[in-house]
Amino acid sequence: MSRISQAVRGALLMDFWSAFGLGMRYFFKKKATLNYPFEKGPLSPRFRGQHALRRYANGEERCIACKLCEAICPAQAITIEAEPREDGSRRTTRYDIDMTKCIYCGFCQEACPVDAIVEGPNFEFAAETREELFYDKAKLLENGDRWEREIAKNLELDAPYR
Amino acid sequence: MSDFVAQFGAWGGFGMAVLQILGFVIVLLLSLAFLLLMDRKVWAAVQMRKGPNVVGAFGLLQSFADFLKFVFKEIVVPAGADRSLYLMAPLITLILAFVTWAVVPVAPGWVIADINVGILYLFAMSSLGVYGIIIGGWASNSKYPFLGALRSAAQMVSYEVSIGFIIVTVLLFAGSMSLTHIVEAQAGGFWNWNLLAGRALIEDGWPMFIVMIPMAVIFFISALAETNRPPFDLPEAESELVAGYQVEYSSTPYLLFMVGEYLNIVLMCAMTTILFFGGWNPPFELDVSGWPYLVSSLWFFFWFAIKVVFFFFMFAMVKALVPRYRYDQLMRLGWKIFLPASLVAVAVVGAYIVYGAQG
Repeated sequence: MSRISQAVRGALLMDFWSAFGLGMRYFFKKKATLNYPFEKGPLSPRFRGQHALRRYANGEERCIACKLCEAICPAQAITIEAEPREDGSRRTTRYDIDMTKCIYCGFCQEACPVDAIVEGPNFEFAAETREELFYDKAKLLENGDRWEREIAKNLELDAPYR
Repeated sequence: MSDFVAQFGAWGGFGMAVLQILGFVIVLLLSLAFLLLMDRKVWAAVQMRKGPNVVGAFGLLQSFADFLKFVFKEIVVPAGADRSLYLMAPLITLILAFVTWAVVPVAPGWVIADINVGILYLFAMSSLGVYGIIIGGWASNSKYPFLGALRSAAQMVSYEVSIGFIIVTVLLFAGSMSLTHIVEAQAGGFWNWNLLAGRALIEDGWPMFIVMIPMAVIFFISALAETNRPPFDLPEAESELVAGYQVEYSSTPYLLFMVGEYLNIVLMCAMTTILFFGGWNPPFELDVSGWPYLVSSLWFFFWFAIKVVFFFFMFAMVKALVPRYRYDQLMRLGWKIFLPASLVAVAVVGAYIVYGAQG
């Protein structure tokens, strides 16, 4: 009996018509597509994107060259050299991140005692050459200046959970 | 047109034919570009995507961008391939796909060659399409294209058999092999279309729609198999059987294969329209004898185009909805179901013509 009903269903294309109905329902549904370069999806405040070195409000760089980030970095992507500045404060002379090594684990920003190195919300930093992805201190500070508003907002939003 | 011939002699007729062919080809290629886009948009919509929407308004120019991309890529000819055959195969596919369109009437009198065995010609040319695929698969000198070509050839040959019998049922109704006559025989309202065969029911009391509706469905499904479209796209099942006979093709030769394939798909839509859905006839008869020639022709062409686009939409929906058949299921469907069913249909329609039809 089931074979007969199956044959009838097949002959009447019942499966196809029900699929067609379902397909037409989806046809007019709201599209799930995000029109990417023009629209972007929401990001969590904890999103770990491109790195940045932050400054205090008075323009003084935050990093005190404690090298905790360099020590904790599991991919050994960070290289720091430091010596005292003319005014006697300890600062970095070199702060390099090899973005091709970085695994975006976020340990560096967890380790940082002064919130200097952070991973910002920017994820669109593809480059055409490998060399462009070897970030130095100037590049990182520039990132910090450019993304400071977003970074500060994200840190504030995430603060209650830390 | 005959005035034109009288004025300019044989060369005038020749030039006229060339102009007609050029016009036909250009319109066909342009509409193909937009049908390709429609195909992708329909799949996208069913999958809740937007589909191509960047090139031009709503992505309308996407096909042209794709064309440029294909043309500017490098033509890779595999080492050990039979170079001349390798490059000829896509041309064969494309030219056969174009040549077939010569007999398709898109409006009254709007046909390049109104020959009296049009449907035989059409059938013969679409059967020759297998050669492009077999040559392409063989000349690539690689095992996957070769296996793909064999699969594809077996599939196309199998379904041509049932398509042939289905066409015979339509021929019996029209009593002519000219596509123009077949369309004209279906004039006078949608109930006269071969799908419903209303004349048989009204004049002779034979409910032939019981036979013809399944025949239209079988024809459509066979057309899917004939053009290697899903759910019968075993020749090029890209997800598990690589791309069949097209594996080694790239750039313009691949483009030619694809254009030929899509031309065949649109041709099959046109065939379904002409054989079962009244061709250029509108669903309700309208007296257009008072209209200017161009307006009335465009009116009929509009109905033909609407029907073709509808069937193309169905082709796209089938691709979006139906999972791929296994090879043995494909062969079972073709030989054990469609072939006997269409044979019985030919017998029944023959019986109607002999015992039922008046005059």
